[in-house]
Amino acid sequence: MTQKIEQKLYQNRYNVDEGRPHIRLKDPENVSDGLKKLLTMCPAGCWNLGDDGKLNSSLDGCFECGTCRIVAAAFGDEIEWEYPRGGFGVLYKFG
Amino acid sequence: MPETFDAIVVGAGPAGNSAALTLAREGLNVLQLERGEYPGSKNVQGAILYANALEQLIPDFRDEAPLERHIVEQRVWMLTEKSHVGTHYRSDDFNEERPNRYTIIRAQFDKWFSSQVKDAGALVICETTVTGLIRDSRGKVVGVTTDREGGEIFADVVVLADGVNALVSQKAGLRGELKPDQVALAVKETHYLPRDVIDQRFNIKGDEGVVIEAAGTITAGMLGTAFLYTNGESISVGVGCIVSDFAGSDISPYDLLERFKEHPSVRPLLADAELKEYAAHLIPEGGYKAVPQVAGDGWLVAGDAGQFVNSLHREGSNMAMTTGHLAALTIAELKREGRPMTAANLSTYRKRLEDSYVLKDLKKYRDLPTVLHKNKQFVTAYPELLSQAADTWFRVDGVDKRTKERSILRNFRRGRGLIGLVGDAYKMARAFR
Ligand SMILES: Cc1cc2nc3c(=O)[nH]c(=O)nc-3n(C[C@H](O)[C@H](O)[C@H](O)COP(=O)(O)OP(=O)(O)OC[C@H]3O[C@@H](n4cnc5c(N)ncnc54)[C@H](O)[C@@H]3O)c2cc1C
Ligand code: SF4
Repeated sequence: MTQKIEQKLYQNRYNVDEGRPHIRLKDPENVSDGLKKLLTMCPAGCWNLGDDGKLNSSLDGCFECGTCRIVAAAFGDEIEWEYPRGGFGVLYKFG
Repeated sequence: MPETFDAIVVGAGPAGNSAALTLAREGLNVLQLERGEYPGSKNVQGAILYANALEQLIPDFRDEAPLERHIVEQRVWMLTEKSHVGTHYRSDDFNEERPNRYTIIRAQFDKWFSSQVKDAGALVICETTVTGLIRDSRGKVVGVTTDREGGEIFADVVVLADGVNALVSQKAGLRGELKPDQVALAVKETHYLPRDVIDQRFNIKGDEGVVIEAAGTITAGMLGTAFLYTNGESISVGVGCIVSDFAGSDISPYDLLERFKEHPSVRPLLADAELKEYAAHLIPEGGYKAVPQVAGDGWLVAGDAGQFVNSLHREGSNMAMTTGHLAALTIAELKREGRPMTAANLSTYRKRLEDSYVLKDLKKYRDLPTVLHKNKQFVTAYPELLSQAADTWFRVDGVDKRTKERSILRNFRRGRGLIGLVGDAYKMARAFR
């Protein structure tokens, strides 16, 4: 019965700010092993590793939780992390 | 000429709402800014509401606030893969006229709380992210920048109630980044179940509710807890662990939640329930030692932004309300006396916090985060040992009781060693002192 993360996110509401990612790695091709933990740690499954070894993010399901920013800071990876513009991003009905 | 307010409150969670409500009632000209589409749209909680802190602000909140159920039974479980050992405390005394604890749904509750703030006369603007602080030539905070066009707004003082990430004060250099061992990452789901099914499953009626807190092997050796709460027509279920523990583990937060939901003690409670929402949020768990500077020239911090959470007792929203309220009282007093919002004058806020349960409780448990962190046996070895002990004790199998007692003691000694057991008891006693 284990549900895939996509199925979990499917129920959620978002107002995605198209074309304006609010989180950006400065050097996605050179990330620490610690940061690669985001592949499992991000609660929305936003991070994936490309064939080229590059750490990519697709932020449509992002909860704006801050975990990736804290992990990046702890492992010395540079990350630009902003909240989405006012009104955009996740929209909890329950929270 | 830009508009100037007496005070700006950043954030419309329980801390910001309490601050803005109090400031408006004290007659100040208040602006509250919230980045979400509506207050609550970004916020996650279990959620248990403790009546006392809210009652101080809105004595008759029970008449209007969207409350789910009042809690009549609290279960605390130690889980192994197949079992739970636990205590249940249920009392008809909790069916009192003014119950002490309720389950709530934050998105709805925050919206209601915000309506009270507006009624009190504060100007509340949503869909606006505060991007920075404005300072005068002497470094005093005199306003905020926002992501709106021409988004500079000025005020005598700014209350930073922007939640656990506290980006505004971080960017302004008022504090550093959060440490992975001082925050927990929690994931939570809301599941629909008809009211009568919940009533039957939990043996409750009317607005009675049950809450379950669980620890043990379920968190896969990480420091953390899981929970399951009854709402009117839904169940909240979630799990949270310290971020640095997640970083050292291969299990994802959502798989951990699935494991909890699949646990034989939990699965029947959620049978046929329909997933309505999946959410994630951080919880500040560093305790007393992680509390940052709480006030400076032209600014104060309230709620999660100040790390005011008692993780042992799962108290956060009440501390948010109390700290927001105390921050506002500090400002209102200076305003009445016509004194400026300088660091020296605002420093009485720290004193007020120290005199309240907020810093008293955090101080009492100041060593607990470190002790738990360095002693994972409390979430690994002990649940197994307790489960074995209960199994040995309750199974009627022809073995005499004295032999059973010896076997239980032997297991504990083997599991932790005599010195380990005594040491653990000592560490715990000290951390709780
Ligand atoms: C899973 C979980 C379970 C919990 N269970 C309980 C419980 O049972 N009982 C309990 O008492 N506590 C519980 N807590 C803790 C509780 O939720 C928090 O302590 C409480 O929400 C803190 O309130 P706050 O107002 O400080 O912060 P928040 O509720 O986080 O509010 C901050 C607000 O500021 C806004 N904001 C942030 N940045 C900006 C910006 N730059 N510009 C404009 N607006 C901004 C946000 O959108 C948000 O509305 C739980 C927490 C979690 C995650
Ligand atoms: S903020 Fe949280 S949800 Fe969003 S990408 Fe980072 S870790 Fe994932």
